[in-house]
Amino acid sequence: MPMDPGARIVGHESWNRYHLLSVAAPSVAAAAAPGQFVMVKVSDQPYPLLRRPLSIHGRDGDRLEFFFQEAGVGTAILAAKKPGEGLDLLGPLGRGFRPPERAAGRLATLVGGGRGIAPLFFLAEDLHSRGVKVRVLYGGRTAADLPLRQKFERACWETRFATDDGSYGFAGLVTALFAQEAAARRPDIVYACGPDPMFRTLAGAVRTLGVPAQFSLEAMMGCGIGACWGCVHRIRRDGRPAWTKICEDGPVFDAADIVWPEEA
Amino acid sequence: MADLTVDLGFLRLRNPILTASGTFGYGLEFQPYLDLERLGGFVVKGLYFEPREGNPPPRLVETASGLINAIGLQGIGVRAFREEILPRLRDLDTAVIINVCGADDDEYVRVVEALGRERGVAAFELNISCPNVQRDGACPALAPEATRALVKKVKAATAVPLITKLSPNVTDIVAIALAAEDAATDAISLVNTFLALAIDVETRRPKLGNVYGGLSGPAIKPIALRMVHQVASRVRVPVIGVGGIMTGGDVLEFLIAGARAVEVGTANFVDPRAAVRIVGELERFCEEKGIARLADQVGTLRLS
Repeated sequence: MPMDPGARIVGHESWNRYHLLSVAAPSVAAAAAPGQFVMVKVSDQPYPLLRRPLSIHGRDGDRLEFFFQEAGVGTAILAAKKPGEGLDLLGPLGRGFRPPERAAGRLATLVGGGRGIAPLFFLAEDLHSRGVKVRVLYGGRTAADLPLRQKFERACWETRFATDDGSYGFAGLVTALFAQEAAARRPDIVYACGPDPMFRTLAGAVRTLGVPAQFSLEAMMGCGIGACWGCVHRIRRDGRPAWTKICEDGPVFDAADIVWPEEA
Repeated sequence: MADLTVDLGFLRLRNPILTASGTFGYGLEFQPYLDLERLGGFVVKGLYFEPREGNPPPRLVETASGLINAIGLQGIGVRAFREEILPRLRDLDTAVIINVCGADDDEYVRVVEALGRERGVAAFELNISCPNVQRDGACPALAPEATRALVKKVKAATAVPLITKLSPNVTDIVAIALAAEDAATDAISLVNTFLALAIDVETRRPKLGNVYGGLSGPAIKPIALRMVHQVASRVRVPVIGVGGIMTGGDVLEFLIAGARAVEVGTANFVDPRAAVRIVGELERFCEEKGIARLADQVGTLRLS
């Protein structure tokens, strides 16, 4: 299993509480696939004790990018790290996104909400290189919650933006933007990462459209390697819902297999 | 090279490092990261006879230098373990120990009967902290009589050596240890996790789906060490120390307190190579201090 205990931070951009780290991590980078994640040790001290899961945002040669939002003690320590500092990475872990069969010419719509945009850049690059027509829908509460908008605007696929307050792009939820887009042209496949309410609305929309979808779930994780059974979500397996490990069996699942709490 | 071997009487270990049940999966999860044969042995995740669902999430919450878990012993059950997992473990040159659970005394017995004649099982570790339907949800670990009764039944059902794992959530852990010894347990391991609670002040709700969970990690090490010392001072059977071990230095503390072997737990989550790293740290410690035989350190706490 590749690991990079001696990875090194080579870049750090930040926008308020959002951060983009660029990390030289040759072994993990070589093995990484879109939708996979790493477990990062943020401190050598006993608190915070556990590693933090970070989805892989992008890859450039032997460098990996991680996009995250400061949300607690672990991410706050990570947010204070500067280029030149070392970082202990375990990964790449988990099962990532699967490209569509007969990829060339297919239309894939990628829906990201808030920090959930993180894994979709790597995925968009990968799908684009396979000849898939990529359309990204990137939503946030305000323009300030779309810190990567310029990066997506510069990319060689189409991105549309949505803000709840209309301060940038479409005024409304990213799921409303999705409904509008899908009505104009039905995608062949949908990929998404974001908060639970976004997933639930989108799950209903893709079911109605009859379009396959893959969602990347987020969870607090103890180990990231399937040993602790701490990060489970209700997933249908052989038709029957069971507590399923997000780290090992996911983080990406078929939307049709994900059971949301009110259905359970 | 120092001699790290451990003689538990019923079992010889390459070194005193075992892994704690529930923190090492079924062992196979760690094969990409370490050589299982470098360990003294490992204890697989607690097995009920039947497969088990586990608790609703959130199942984990991190606290100061610790982790509270309420996994609920989700697991595959004896049949899947015997058919899918054990064949991949039994030829390893290391001690494979099976942690045994039960909803009532009968289920514990069924687990050891089903696995006791299988090749490659070095010992059973009895998880007496399982909530027990027979005792209205109270676990056998909480009372000496219930512990004695359960250990007797399980001993009568198998010839495989038995380690009884004690809960720290009791008023007198020595009384429970003596009851297990009286019922002929071959060894005692302690401690299991400490019953704990974490609260979200915004919502006033517990942070775990199960409300309470078990606290592990460096936060509990001093309490575990005290309990190991109390028990090791009173029982004759070997004691295995468990609780917050992160380094070779932590292992030595447990040995000095009277443990003959230890189980590394939460550290496996932080670093999947932790158990083997700790073996290396013990080797270096012995070399630096000129210790020829690590077992000579056991029970050497100076009290005067």
